Amino acid sequence: MKRLVYLLPLAVFLGVAGYFAAQLLSGRDAMEVPSALIDRPAPEFALPPLWDGGEGLSTADLKGGGPAIVNVFASWCVPCRAEHPMLMRLAEETGAPVHGIAYKDDPAASKAFLEELGDPYTKIGVDQNGRVAIDWGVYGVPETYVLDGDGRIRYKRTGPITPRHMEDDILPLLEELRS
Amino acid sequence: MIAEIGHFALALAAAVALIQSVLPMWGAARRDAAMMATAAPAALVQFGVLGVSFAALTYAYLTSDFSVVNVINNSHSLKPILYKISGVWGNHEGSLLLWVLVLALFGALVAVFGRNLPPSLKARTLSVQALITLGFLTFMLFTSNPFERAFPPPLEGGDLNPLLQDPGLAFHPPMLYVGYVGLSIVFSFAVAALIEGKVDAAWARWVRPWTLLAWIFLTAGIALGSWWAYYELGWGGFWYWDPVENASFMPWLAATALLHSAIVVEKRDTLKSWTILLAIIAFGLSLIGTFLVRSGVLTSVHAFATDPDRGLYILLLLVIAIGGSLALYAWRAPALKGGGMFRPISREGALVLNNLLLSAAAATVFIGTLYPLFLEVLTGDKISVGPPYFNLTFAPIMGVLVVALGIGAMMPWKRGDLPGVMRRLTAASVFTAAATAAIALFYAGDNALALLGLAFAVWLFAATMTQLWARVRPTTRVSVADAIRRLPGLPRAAWGMTTAHLGVAVLVAGVTGASLMTVETIASGKPGDRFPVGDYVFQLDRVEQVAGPNYRAERGTFTVFDADTGEEITTLAGERRRYVAGGQETTEAGIRSDFGGDLYAVLGQPADDGGWTVRLYREPLVPWIWFGSTLLVIGGFLSLSDRRLRVGAPVRTGSTSGGGGDAAKARADAAAQPAAHPAE
Repeated sequence: MKRLVYLLPLAVFLGVAGYFAAQLLSGRDAMEVPSALIDRPAPEFALPPLWDGGEGLSTADLKGGGPAIVNVFASWCVPCRAEHPMLMRLAEETGAPVHGIAYKDDPAASKAFLEELGDPYTKIGVDQNGRVAIDWGVYGVPETYVLDGDGRIRYKRTGPITPRHMEDDILPLLEELRS
Repeated sequence: MIAEIGHFALALAAAVALIQSVLPMWGAARRDAAMMATAAPAALVQFGVLGVSFAALTYAYLTSDFSVVNVINNSHSLKPILYKISGVWGNHEGSLLLWVLVLALFGALVAVFGRNLPPSLKARTLSVQALITLGFLTFMLFTSNPFERAFPPPLEGGDLNPLLQDPGLAFHPPMLYVGYVGLSIVFSFAVAALIEGKVDAAWARWVRPWTLLAWIFLTAGIALGSWWAYYELGWGGFWYWDPVENASFMPWLAATALLHSAIVVEKRDTLKSWTILLAIIAFGLSLIGTFLVRSGVLTSVHAFATDPDRGLYILLLLVIAIGGSLALYAWRAPALKGGGMFRPISREGALVLNNLLLSAAAATVFIGTLYPLFLEVLTGDKISVGPPYFNLTFAPIMGVLVVALGIGAMMPWKRGDLPGVMRRLTAASVFTAAATAAIALFYAGDNALALLGLAFAVWLFAATMTQLWARVRPTTRVSVADAIRRLPGLPRAAWGMTTAHLGVAVLVAGVTGASLMTVETIASGKPGDRFPVGDYVFQLDRVEQVAGPNYRAERGTFTVFDADTGEEITTLAGERRRYVAGGQETTEAGIRSDFGGDLYAVLGQPADDGGWTVRLYREPLVPWIWFGSTLLVIGGFLSLSDRRLRVGAPVRTGSTSGGGGDAAKARADAAAQPAAHPAE
């Protein structure tokens, strides 16, 4: 009986270690915070265009068509550079429009960024003071949203899109929204 | 080339660690003196080789060698030299290198200063220490090589996170590591003692200085981190109960308990198995903290680059190190013989209460930190546990601890007399009541909780001074003049204890002021606008652009006036910095401190109407937090310098074979103490 007391610390520790293992092996990312906007309509907004003579981005652009992707980016954001090839792939392969929100960035720098790497975006809205991004619940760039044909947000990713997010989340969701 | 030398040194260190973990342990089992004697030189070589490796990485940072991936990701050629150096440990790989360097440092210190340890205990301790080092070295070599090369090398690096470019934070990680990695050597001593099957007063005397050393650095490291959060994050708080803060705080609570229980083992030869368990838990909590920070299982503001594969490896290390030692504990601890008996009302009893309360506090923090994880595993729900939980659970435990500390420190060993002790504390009680009444009248009368916190602080101050006085004037037969003359003659350990306990009193006052009495104003305005903050008025004078070495900033200058007299008190400058390389923004609060507290001003985001958001605070008693922490550290050093510990540990005897002389004497001393008090 007395021996059991001495086994108690080991038992408690193994229990805690079991939880650690369960969380690690679940593949969940603890840094991912579910957005309160999931399954809600995209916020009302209208942003001026980046390119001279181009079109800006507003809520109306996200409704009525098929599914769409909105990506928040900035030229000063290193992970945006890292995820850029994924966005090019999305724009080419899926046919769904990829829209951009240039977040807290000098328009000239945004333009230089896209001229250097290529422009995956159908429409780009300039959010220079970051006010619209607040309504979208942006708390770190890059962020990517997938919207359905009715303009409701169905998926959000904070941080760069990796091939894993493409294959596991974004592409299947686009497929589902189309059908 | 230099980077390759560093990498090679890391591999060599792993080989040395392997030898150091096997040979001495085997030698101790076979009682082979030659094999046991390999431990000390191996520990020194280990430290030297890792020193070379660390120097190589530091060199790569100093010369901005952008062919090394780690330097690219965390440095920038424009960065001031201090932050080039601190960049070495401001990232996952480099901080692990610092981890193993500190592990090896403590091994080397035991090799040098532990000459009079019994050879088998020394061999086993160093062997366990090398096992831990080996675990971390293989982790680095397989998953986190700090010397990885990049080809082609870029022209410029990505810069160190600017929040970390701060003098407070440059020294915070090394301090913290010396602290919680330092607990490793106490862990190694505990495991070695379990293998030997012998824990006695001499063992406690050898272990205590190491615990104390680790505890001092842990205290300083936590205080520096808190100070940094206070002035750099710009939210006026000093502690956020963030998982990473908790990860350093839990080992601190356990180490504080261990410091006190080791006294009981040393003086009274009892509480052995509990002390061993605490030594394992203190380092175990450090390891769990490392795991939480680096595996990404919990959300925290202090994110290292996290990676599930790394997480699994550290978890494996955890299970081997903590699980293994707790299994050894379950097997060997029941055989440890308890020593002297004691009554519940006694110094021992008071120290047991101290241990129970500190352990309960650590458990509270542990549960609060991990509850979100448990819930997510079970239900998939995301929640976060914040200050309301900790204030409700942790604060009352600390309140009881502070009240009990005032009484417990007066208790004699073995058998105490509570009414007698309370009689001697009459003056302290009266003083506390009077001071509390004065505080209620003139300072914090409208805030009952703050009044309670300040009353606790006054009580602890008064009781600690009474205890110091009772040491030099045990009876009224000693004249006051004689008593004062006796003060300098008190052992350093007594001064250390008094200083540290006074530090707790000051800290309690500071924490009470900062948590319960802060006045905050968040507003938006233009230059010329005035904002009332409690008894003060802040005026935003101007906002201007300034340039730093690697950032540009907007600096807001504020003038602070007394709200009643209109007298100008000071000017404060708060900055919002934007770093050139990464584009991140940080805030630098403008702070003025005096005895009564801080005035604190932060310039926020520009508003649409051409004005700025400003956050302004009056933070009463915040400097007391830093002063109290300093007293804790000074108390620790005083206690560490006590003659008893120096005699007990590192004095070399004349003959080379006589290393066990002091140890034998210490054992004899311990045996000469009354072994048991008859139970009544």
